[in-house]
Amino acid sequence: MSGTEGVLLVGATSGMGRALARRLAAEGHALLLAGRDVDALSAIATDIEVRFETRVEARPFEALAFESHAGFFEDCVEHFAGNLHGLVMCHGQMPEQADAERDFALARRMIEVNYLSQVSLLNLAALHFEARQAGFIAVLTSVAGDRGRQSNYLYGSTKAGLSTVLSGLRVRLAKRDVAVVDVRPGFVDTQLTWGRPGLFLVASPETVAGDVLRGIRRGRAVVYTPFFWRGIMMIIRAIPDFVFRRLSL
Amino acid sequence: MVETLTPKPAPALVDPDQQFGQRASRQPIAGWGNFPVEECEVYRPDALNDLQEVVARAPEPDLIPRGLGRSYGDAALNRDRGVILSHRFDRMLAFDAASGVLHCEAAVSLAEVIETFVPRGFFFPVTPGTKFISIGGAIAADVHGKNHHSNGSMGEFVLDLRLLTASGEIVSCSRENNAELFWATIGGMGLTGFVIDARIRLLPVDTAYMSVQNERAANIDALLELFFESDGQYSYEVAWIDCLSRGASLGRSVMMRANHASLHELPPESRGAPTAFKEGLKTTIPFTFPNFALNSWSMKLFNEFFHAIHPNASKVVPCDNYFYILDRIHHWNRVYGKRGVVQYQFVLPRESSRAALVEILERLSEANRGSFLAVLKTLGPSSGGMLSFPTKGYTLALDLPHTGRDLVDELQAIDEIVLRAGGRVYLAKDACMRPEVFGEMYPHLERFKAVKANVDPEQRYASSQARRLGIVDAS
Ligand SMILES: Cc1cc2nc3c(=O)[nH]c(=O)nc-3n(C[C@H](O)[C@H](O)[C@H](O)COP(=O)(O)OP(=O)(O)OC[C@H]3O[C@@H](n4cnc5c(N)ncnc54)[C@H](O)[C@@H]3O)c2cc1C
Ligand SMILES: NC(=O)c1ccc[n+]([C@@H]2O[C@H](COP(=O)([O-])OP(=O)(O)OC[C@H]3O[C@@H](n4cnc5c(N)ncnc54)[C@H](OP(=O)(O)O)[C@@H]3O)[C@@H](O)[C@H]2O)c1
Repeated sequence: MSGTEGVLLVGATSGMGRALARRLAAEGHALLLAGRDVDALSAIATDIEVRFETRVEARPFEALAFESHAGFFEDCVEHFAGNLHGLVMCHGQMPEQADAERDFALARRMIEVNYLSQVSLLNLAALHFEARQAGFIAVLTSVAGDRGRQSNYLYGSTKAGLSTVLSGLRVRLAKRDVAVVDVRPGFVDTQLTWGRPGLFLVASPETVAGDVLRGIRRGRAVVYTPFFWRGIMMIIRAIPDFVFRRLSL
Repeated sequence: MVETLTPKPAPALVDPDQQFGQRASRQPIAGWGNFPVEECEVYRPDALNDLQEVVARAPEPDLIPRGLGRSYGDAALNRDRGVILSHRFDRMLAFDAASGVLHCEAAVSLAEVIETFVPRGFFFPVTPGTKFISIGGAIAADVHGKNHHSNGSMGEFVLDLRLLTASGEIVSCSRENNAELFWATIGGMGLTGFVIDARIRLLPVDTAYMSVQNERAANIDALLELFFESDGQYSYEVAWIDCLSRGASLGRSVMMRANHASLHELPPESRGAPTAFKEGLKTTIPFTFPNFALNSWSMKLFNEFFHAIHPNASKVVPCDNYFYILDRIHHWNRVYGKRGVVQYQFVLPRESSRAALVEILERLSEANRGSFLAVLKTLGPSSGGMLSFPTKGYTLALDLPHTGRDLVDELQAIDEIVLRAGGRVYLAKDACMRPEVFGEMYPHLERFKAVKANVDPEQRYASSQARRLGIVDAS
């Protein structure tokens, strides 16, 4: 990845987004940070400017305002004067499964943020990168999408859907030298998981950010982060249904 | 307001507790000494409005801010109550290269500041024996470095800060603005509120190197003589004392004095990039040592070794090597085993120093309480922080393996010696002091309490230490 290529980071206020922003800037990318909380975004942007002596800007983005996406994306492309080289998406929500089961509004909002809004942005980005014939798209999905577990299947399904989109898109864009990276983190120490029970092998957002950048550099299809989740999920997928039913996963 | 169509919402969704949107993680936590360990409800707000929500609505009766947990005792603990980690407030907000003023949030660490700004010709003006502390912690403990006699403590370099007070208000304080609250917050151990961000004046330097001079002292008198004669020549002074030596060599030590190196002092090969920052090598102590690993034998060996590798010499070294010897061994506190370590640091006025130092060193060496690390420094005048530690005199810091009640008794006895000599004990290290002694050591305590009563009448901010020492009510 060379110097002044621009990267659009959506969900930059997320735990992983913040770590990714610093890593991307440290590698010399020009950044555009998008999210809802403009004050937080501008603090993150300034921080990067002070630390890395580069220019970073913030853009408001509301995942649920689907009709605004086209204008938003166009504006980002313009900002980099045709040099938008990468898109990284890490916005997402994970309400308690029990709440999402009872309250459809909650489940729906999660699906809209985690799945629909990302499909909408990916459609726009695909056209841009197709024309550019270079660049990368990296999206944070989750190991939760690898198999529906009773404790987390609604959230998991949004990620599984997204992974499927990425898998197809990867093939579509491969001909144009655009890498599409599906990043599947295990448990990561962010606001999303803080204080929740039942976590193990929790990784730091910085570890994940490092893995994401390596995945992009090598043009990997699916990145499990940390790496051992690939093995864990292989086992979990292999468990026969009649056994899986008895597990309290 | 969004009306829900669900005829009868399940109880969990309307439970008022559920509406407080911040999750706490209940965890056993400790200071750097691993003693005491206390279960606390730990919050880690991601943004300012999350932080405000915690302070306004967390169900715990009180809360204490916590940075990187490098205070040794219970200053950043709150047993069964709330602790607010500052970690997510880790952003640098502005830097002015002309004046060297850095505006940053509370969780930015000294390590980050040094790494970022040494290459631009600025150093952190006040640096403790570790760089893994936060700006918030540095302000709350009004920390001092090896250069206190020449530069003063953290408070000197804070232009202003913003505090989230118990009422939920964000108050800006400085010497001119809300001055009482400012001086209660400098050294105030997190009890006036949560420091959100601050503007700090960094120290311009020509190089990333230190020009160091090591000199051995045969005993305490030779050491005090060295401190006396070097007055003013060196910005940084610190002596490592072998606490196990007795009799005529009581206080045997190595004095390490230094100045920031100027360009012409550098070896020719470094002059091309004089401010390039070199981090020292790192290792990690991978597990907690068994309690017996550290005994008077292994400590004697360490002290002999330390003495042997520090002959009288002058040299130029990267700043990391002079300041942060301990940081090169991650988790070094694990050598003290599960029972942990108690750091004990006090300051004595110059006049009464020698007698009291000898009394304390003799006591420790008789009890065979070796200290791996006993560090003597000089301190200059106080900053004005109401609960700040530094006052003019000599300060000794000791690491004592925690052996149980007997150690607490021993330290409380030493507290009395310190008090009689007109000295005081450092709150950032303290884990055992009694309230009566504390009250006598800190003459501005009543003034501090008056500010506290004004800004936080309900005592929303409180720590285990503050309860133990009677700074807040003990209930
Ligand atoms: C190896 C070692 C060497 C040391 N050497 C020195 C030394 O030479 N000189 C010296 O002065 N100290 C020294 N210390 C002590 C250390 O500098 C102080 O304890 C410092 O406060 C630690 O900062 P922290 O971020 O880890 O704070 P913590 O330990 O997390 O908290 C310390 C205090 O600061 C308060 N606090 C933290 N963040 C905030 C905030 N955002 N707002 C309000 N209050 C807050 C806490 O409530 C608590 O009272 C040393 C410590 C170690 C481990
Ligand atoms: N943490 C984990 O253990 C874990 C594991 C696997 C996968 N993941 C996935 O990794 C990604 C990042 O996770 P994280 O833990 O870093 O997240 P996080 O800290 O909880 O942050 C969530 C992010 O989503 C944004 N967001 C939520 N709703 C939005 C909306 N309607 N419009 C725009 N932005 C919205 C938030 O923006 P605001 O600041 O505006 O709220 C925030 O930036 C997510 O996709 C998550 O599902 C996380």
